[in-house]
Amino acid sequence: MSSLYEKIGGEGAVNAAVDIFYRKVLKDDRIKRFFDGVDMDKQASKQKAFLTMAFGGPHNYTGEDMRKGHAHLVKQGLNDSHFDAVMENLGATLMELNVPGELIAQAAAIAESTRNDVLGK
Amino acid sequence: MSSITYGGQSYQCKEHETVLDCLTAHDVTIPSSCHAGLCQTCLMQAVKGAVPANAQAGLKPTLAAQNYFLACACHPEDDMEVMLPQSGIEKLTATVTAIDALNTEIVSVQLRPETSLTYKAGQFINLYKDSTTVRSYSLASVPEIDEHLLLHVRRLPNGQVSHWIHQALKIGDSVEISDATGDCFYTATDLDQSLLLIGTGSGLAPLYGIIRDALAQGHRGTIKLYHGSKAVESLYLSKELESLSGQHGNFVYQPCVSGSTVPRGFASGRAHDVAIKENPDLSGWRIFLCGHPEMVSSGKKLAFFAGASMRDIYSDPFLIMDKNPATVC
Repeated sequence: MSSLYEKIGGEGAVNAAVDIFYRKVLKDDRIKRFFDGVDMDKQASKQKAFLTMAFGGPHNYTGEDMRKGHAHLVKQGLNDSHFDAVMENLGATLMELNVPGELIAQAAAIAESTRNDVLGK
Repeated sequence: MSSITYGGQSYQCKEHETVLDCLTAHDVTIPSSCHAGLCQTCLMQAVKGAVPANAQAGLKPTLAAQNYFLACACHPEDDMEVMLPQSGIEKLTATVTAIDALNTEIVSVQLRPETSLTYKAGQFINLYKDSTTVRSYSLASVPEIDEHLLLHVRRLPNGQVSHWIHQALKIGDSVEISDATGDCFYTATDLDQSLLLIGTGSGLAPLYGIIRDALAQGHRGTIKLYHGSKAVESLYLSKELESLSGQHGNFVYQPCVSGSTVPRGFASGRAHDVAIKENPDLSGWRIFLCGHPEMVSSGKKLAFFAGASMRDIYSDPFLIMDKNPATVC
């Protein structure tokens, strides 16, 4: 049985998703302030790594990396409502790419599993 | 088994080892993070030896063209010599062969390097006033067209290097410069792609090189240039650009003026606003942005929102990273 990453479409799917997802995030009034003054090229690579992980692909990020990487945003008030907004954008991106609902649910579950680390709980 | 040379030392790369594994095993520290060929933290450049294609997956074509690769995804097939990006920048001496006024604020400086300099139109060099005072300037020249290097230098208030260039530098003087670097240049990856170039002030320099390079390489898609300034007097090379447009049906030149006096033939508004307004759907386009750092960063966002892919947006990186206004060419 093939993995979630293969079923979603591997690196090709990540490349197709990254622009759509990042555009949604940057336009989202609830969370866009967290991206002010951020280098867009570097951020796009991070979004790509995040999507690869959510799609069940190869990654080496640990919970500790997630905590460190978001600590400065938690200080600026990053909370559950913002995490929910990102999850919503992820779901909408995958729907736009016609990914079947059951695979979206699996990807969402992987992303959801990082919530406590991202929010420093 | 391949050998990896880094910093003058050679290391044996075991089977199944990546370049990153091999160097790390020998206590050489290379910045890295995801170890999955994604985050691009372990970006390196090959000086010698073939780069396997999968070590360049996901890199921009301009980086791949300069033999950049991801150390964590590189299983070497041959012996390789590698370095960290830009650690190999070398200084060379050049002679000033011409200085010409382009308008009241900007001069064109022509340089002849003593040893030949390999570069791509749109890359930048560092120019040293002395060992500690250095500024980056984009190249307006095209290696296949222009005999010498060309820089456009705008005189800035309190700009140490630009003042020196405008006031003291003379034809025949020797200056020190660095190798060319940067990834804001044209690659002939898709001759039919539409290109949008937006520049303010002397940010026209790299764009002037990129446009002439693209045309010389037979680019067939539309090439649109929006060059902007506050006042008409601050624009320059207009005649050359108009004549280029006359020779090439696919090249469109639109000068923009953001001040209050806007004569006929000029668009009214800031260059990036005009460009996005006239081209609201940029899906599939390649974008080049050079000039004022604020224009570059907001233009990047506008172009991305208008549908351009992040992979297709190029800008002068040093203009954003360096907060010192004197560095803005």
